[in-house]
Amino acid sequence: MSAPGRLPRWADYGLLPLLNLCAALLISGLVIRLIGESPWAALKLMAAGAFGAQDSVGYTLFYATDFVFTGLAVAVAVHAGVFNIGGEGQAYIGGLGVGLVGLAFGSWSPWIVVPLGIAAACAFGAAWAFVPAWLQARRGSHIVITTIMFNFIASALMTYLLVNVLIKPGQQSPESREFGPGAVMPSVHQALGMIGIPFAPSPFNLASLLALAACLLVWVFIWRTRWGYALRVFGQNPQAALYAGISPQRTILVSMLISGGLAGCLGVNELMGSEHRILLDFPGGAGFVGIAVALMGRNHPAGILAASLLFGALYQGGSQLAFDMPHVNRDMVVLIQGLVILFCGALENIFRVPLAALLCRAGGSGRT
Amino acid sequence: MKPTRAPLALALAATITGAASAADFSPAILYDFGGKFDRSFNQSASDGVQRFTKATGIAVREFEIQNASQREQVLRQFSRRGASVIVAVGFTQASAVETVAKEFPDVKFAVIDAVVELPNVESINFREQESSYLCGMAAAMASKTGKVGFVGGMDIPLIRKFALGYRAGVAYVDPKAEVIENMTGTTPAAWTNPSLGAELAKSQFGRGADVVFHAAGATGIGVMQAAADDGLLSIGCDSNQDYLHPGSVLTSAVKRVDVAVETVFTDAKAGTWKSGSRVLGLAENGVDYSLDEFNRKLMTPEMERRLNQAKADIIAGRIVVPEYKSP
Repeated sequence: MSAPGRLPRWADYGLLPLLNLCAALLISGLVIRLIGESPWAALKLMAAGAFGAQDSVGYTLFYATDFVFTGLAVAVAVHAGVFNIGGEGQAYIGGLGVGLVGLAFGSWSPWIVVPLGIAAACAFGAAWAFVPAWLQARRGSHIVITTIMFNFIASALMTYLLVNVLIKPGQQSPESREFGPGAVMPSVHQALGMIGIPFAPSPFNLASLLALAACLLVWVFIWRTRWGYALRVFGQNPQAALYAGISPQRTILVSMLISGGLAGCLGVNELMGSEHRILLDFPGGAGFVGIAVALMGRNHPAGILAASLLFGALYQGGSQLAFDMPHVNRDMVVLIQGLVILFCGALENIFRVPLAALLCRAGGSGRT
Repeated sequence: MKPTRAPLALALAATITGAASAADFSPAILYDFGGKFDRSFNQSASDGVQRFTKATGIAVREFEIQNASQREQVLRQFSRRGASVIVAVGFTQASAVETVAKEFPDVKFAVIDAVVELPNVESINFREQESSYLCGMAAAMASKTGKVGFVGGMDIPLIRKFALGYRAGVAYVDPKAEVIENMTGTTPAAWTNPSLGAELAKSQFGRGADVVFHAAGATGIGVMQAAADDGLLSIGCDSNQDYLHPGSVLTSAVKRVDVAVETVFTDAKAGTWKSGSRVLGLAENGVDYSLDEFNRKLMTPEMERRLNQAKADIIAGRIVVPEYKSP
C-alpha cells in the first residue's frame, strides 16, 4: 500500500493533470459567464478553433513545435538542478543564427542550408546560454538572475541589429529582407502536397520533425547515457555527485549548452519555417511558456509533447475565441492560459492528496 | 472564379452590391500589440471605428494581436469570412498584409504606418516629424530650465522620426536648449509599461527637464502621470491626450489615425476607395498639435502665434523638417 499523496503512475501522469485542467477550465468558464458570454459556447469555439479544421490543426501544431523546443530546454536544465529562465533570449539569439545563415546562403540548395541553419540555431542558442552557465559554474552567480538578464540583453541586441544593421533598407518596420529560397523549411502542406495528400496551408512545417527527434534524443541522453546519468545525479544531490567524481562545473555547462541549443531551435520553426525573415520579438513569449510546459510534462519528453500540444491548442483555440466572441479579448485568453498554468503547475497538489486517499480506499476495498 | 474586367460584369456587380443591404458591407480592423485601449495610437484607430459604426450602424470586426504568427492568420480569416475591407494598424503588419493581399485580390486592404505596393492595398503614412516639430517648439517655449525631455517607446525608425522632428523644433526656438532622450525598452512591453514611463520621466525631471514629450503608446500614460504629479508639463502623442491631466498636458502631437480609418471604411462603403500610397502631414490635417479647453490656459497667445506661423511655414515649405530615413 502506498503512502498518502503517492499515486499510481496512470493517475499521476493522466488523471491528475486532467483534473487540474478541468478545474482551470471551470474557473475560466465562470469568468466567461461573468462577462456575459456562454462558457459552453466558448469551450466549443476553443476546441473547434484548435482542432476543427486542417489549418487550425496546423497552427496548433506549429505553436506546439515551439513549445516542445523550449519545454525540452527547460527540462534538460532542470534535470541538472539548474533553472534556465533564459529560453526566450536563447531562442531569440538562436533565431539570429538561423537568420544569418538564411540571409548569407539563401541561394544555396536547401539540403545544405537547412542543416546549416539548424546547426547555427543550436550554436547561437548554446552560446547565449554559455555565459550565464559559466558564471554560475565558476563564479556562483545565480543562474535565475543571469538568464533573466540575458533575455533583456538579447532583445536589446536584436533591436539594435534589426534597426541599424539587418533592416531592409527604406522601410519603417525593423525586419530583415526575406531569406533566399534555399533557407525555407518546407511546410507540411507542401510536403504532403508533393505526395498527393491535400492539406490546408498553415505555418506548420517540417521543423516539427526536428522537435520529435529532439524529444527522442533528449530521452536517450537523459536516461540512457552516462552523461545523462551524471546530470540527474548532480540535479538530485550535488554533494553525492561530487563525491562520485562528477564535476559540478562541467555538468552545469553541459546541461546549459544543450538547453540553450534546444531553445535556439525555436528559431528554425519560426524563421525558416514560417516568417522567412528576421523580425522583432518572434519568440513571442514561447521561452516562458516552455517553463510551464516542462512543469506540466514532469520534465519527461513524452509529457512535454502532451503539454506542448495542450498549450498549442490553447494558443490557437484562444486566438479563435477572441476572433469569434466580441466580448472575449486577448487579455481574457491570457487569463485562461494563466489559469491552466496556475492549476497544472503551481496548484497541482490540491487534488493530489484527496485523489490519493480516494484511490487508496477504492483499491483497499477492492482487494478485501 | 477569376476576376473579370468586363465593364458589364462590373456594372452588374455594382448593382448587386448596391441593391443588397448595408449588412453585406463587412469592414474589419486588426490592431497592433498596444491593444485598442492604449489611449494613444491604437485607440485613435478604434475611435475611427466607433465613429464609423455610429454613423452607419455597421459593426466592425476587430482583433488585437498577441503574437507575430497571428497577423497572417487573422487577416486570412477576415478575408475568408467575407470582409470587404480590412485595415491593419501599425508598421509591423506590412509583410502579413503583403502576403494575404496577394491571396485575396478582391478584398480591399489598408495598412497604416507602412507601405505595401499592391493593387488592392492602400498605404497610409503620416509625417509625424511635422507635429513633433511643433511640439518641440511648444516645449522649448514653455520650458523655464532650457531642458526638455523625450521618452520614446523603442529605438526603432518610427520613434526616431518623432525624436528627430522634436529636436529640430526645440532647436528652432532655442538652439541652446538641451533635449534629454530615453527609450523605454526593447521588448513589446516597452509600449505597455506606464510605471517604467513614469520612472524615466522622473529621472529626466531630476536632471532638470520641465517638459517631457512621449511617443511610447500606453507607457506614455505613466510619463504624463509623473509630470502631473510633479506639477510639470507633458506632451501627449497620437491621440489628443490633453484631457488626461488638464493643466499639465501642454499639447498633444495628434496623429489622425481615426480620420484615416474612418475614411477608408466610408470610402470603401461608398465605392470611392482607391488603392495607392497616401502621406498625411500638416497640410492634409493628418497630423497637428492640439489646442482645446484643457490646455488653453497653458498656451500663451505668443506661443500660439508662433506655432501657427511655423505650421504655415512648414506647409508652404519655408521650414523643412528633417525626416529620419532608415539606413
